[in-house]
Amino acid sequence: MRVNFTVNGRPQEADDVWEGESLLYVLRERMGLPGSKNACEQGECGSCTVRLDGVPVCSCLVAAGQVQGREVVTVEGLADYARQRSCGTGGCGTSLEESRQWQAKGTDSRTGEGTELAPIQQAFIDAGAVQCGFCTPGLLVAADEMLERNPDPTDADIREALSGNLCRCTGYEKIMDAVRLAAARQGGAV
Amino acid sequence: MDFLRPASWEEALAAKAEHPTAVPIAGGTDVMVEINFDHRRPEYLMDLNRVGDLCEWEVGEESVRLGASVPYTRIMENLRAELPGLALASHTVASPQIRNRGGVGGNLGTASPAGDAHPALLAAGAEVEVESVRGTRRIPIDEFYKGVKRNALAADELIRAVHVKKADGPQQFSKVGTRNAMVIAVCAFGLALHPETRTVRTGIGSAAPTPIRAEAAEEFLNAALEEGGFWDNGKIVTPSVAQQFADLCSAACNPIDDVRGTASYRRHAVGVMARRTLTWTWESYRGARRNIEGAA
Ligand SMILES: Cc1cc2nc3c(=O)[nH]c(=O)nc-3n(C[C@H](O)[C@H](O)[C@H](O)COP(=O)(O)OP(=O)(O)OC[C@H]3O[C@@H](n4cnc5c(N)ncnc54)[C@H](O)[C@@H]3O)c2cc1C
Repeated sequence: MRVNFTVNGRPQEADDVWEGESLLYVLRERMGLPGSKNACEQGECGSCTVRLDGVPVCSCLVAAGQVQGREVVTVEGLADYARQRSCGTGGCGTSLEESRQWQAKGTDSRTGEGTELAPIQQAFIDAGAVQCGFCTPGLLVAADEMLERNPDPTDADIREALSGNLCRCTGYEKIMDAVRLAAARQGGAV
Repeated sequence: MDFLRPASWEEALAAKAEHPTAVPIAGGTDVMVEINFDHRRPEYLMDLNRVGDLCEWEVGEESVRLGASVPYTRIMENLRAELPGLALASHTVASPQIRNRGGVGGNLGTASPAGDAHPALLAAGAEVEVESVRGTRRIPIDEFYKGVKRNALAADELIRAVHVKKADGPQQFSKVGTRNAMVIAVCAFGLALHPETRTVRTGIGSAAPTPIRAEAAEEFLNAALEEGGFWDNGKIVTPSVAQQFADLCSAACNPIDDVRGTASYRRHAVGVMARRTLTWTWESYRGARRNIEGAA
């Protein structure tokens, strides 16, 4: 079957989609967007978290056919999404080509300088919240959404918002630091 | 496999009548796991996300009519006052991502003894509104669970809504697991005080082939509270009464040993949760009484 939906602000079309296929599979294998990670395939790990009509969901548990006509934001589109949110205009989405070429390199891979990053991505780099990196995309999408809803979260709020994202390097303290840092920067305190 | 996309409730009923083997998919948090792991290969998958009114709820005089697909997140945010037990239970389901998709209709569809909505629905009192092209019926929640992961739905029926009695007193939900998130209940317990009828109702999860009420325990407690004049005098429940209630709740269980816990642990834990939830709800009932009397 064919599925038409919006990915990172641009209309996209996926063809020959199997009816039992997940949104995650369509994103990774048909659109070439491997940012959303495929790990547990049962909603336990959160590494495939994307936003579906604004709401964070596990893309491995959404049937591809269910996203017909709906809007999906993946980690590849997070920078543009955050920019649109902060300036309210000008966002033109992220093309598949740009998304596929995205690298956290820029001119300096340790600081992220020269790459367009969402504030939450920059905060993860600055706080050293990335170890093997596998859980990072899902955490970024979940954390970004929480900060949009709740700009001044308590530690308990952060823990709850990220409770569906597992980090098997167990770097949770640095992840907490990163989200606190992003919140402080967003509030103009840093 | 075919993917059916009914755009309205009527279309969904017609599709289900035509293809009784079609598997409805709402949040997909049970169905997709089965498909991803090749445990299920339905001939037809029927998306319910396009049926808008399944995501709506209505607060009436006596009860809340909760659309089958209202996600747990909405229940927690919007129905805490009317359905405190279900809101508490909803908050213990999985993680934010799962709660944003999954709902009570899917929990009832799966009818797992470990589903967290069930103890809350049993304790509050509820009816499941199901419909097919043949007509509508309301199934009392006590008659809905038929066996391990089996429910009272006919092949052509769909769940449209659940009618849950609005709380007329304090309600609690308690669940045993290894962490505060992403935990399938080792066992769970729901308790609701109904001061209007001077009754207490219970719901037990994961400690029998189906979710159950501890009816003998309820009868015992109802009689003891009546006899002692507790609803009027607002005294603390006598510890021996609370203990007897807890023991009867344990005795209502018919649990198994599995990876999450042993049968005897489950029986024990249900007793502990019964005593605690009774204490919590009774304290809050006494507090509310004192406030009313203080104001008068
Ligand atoms: C990681 C993870 C953790 C989980 N943790 C918990 C937990 O802590 N507690 C808990 O209770 N559950 C848990 N679950 C299970 C699941 O999230 C719940 O059972 C949820 O309520 C299912 O709702 P859904 O809308 O996603 O159902 P779906 O997967 O869409 O459907 C479930 C079943 O119900 C049927 N169905 C759905 N809607 C209807 C309808 N309107 N009429 C008739 N049949 C229907 C479907 O055909 C299917 O058989 C977890 C699941 C995952 C993946």
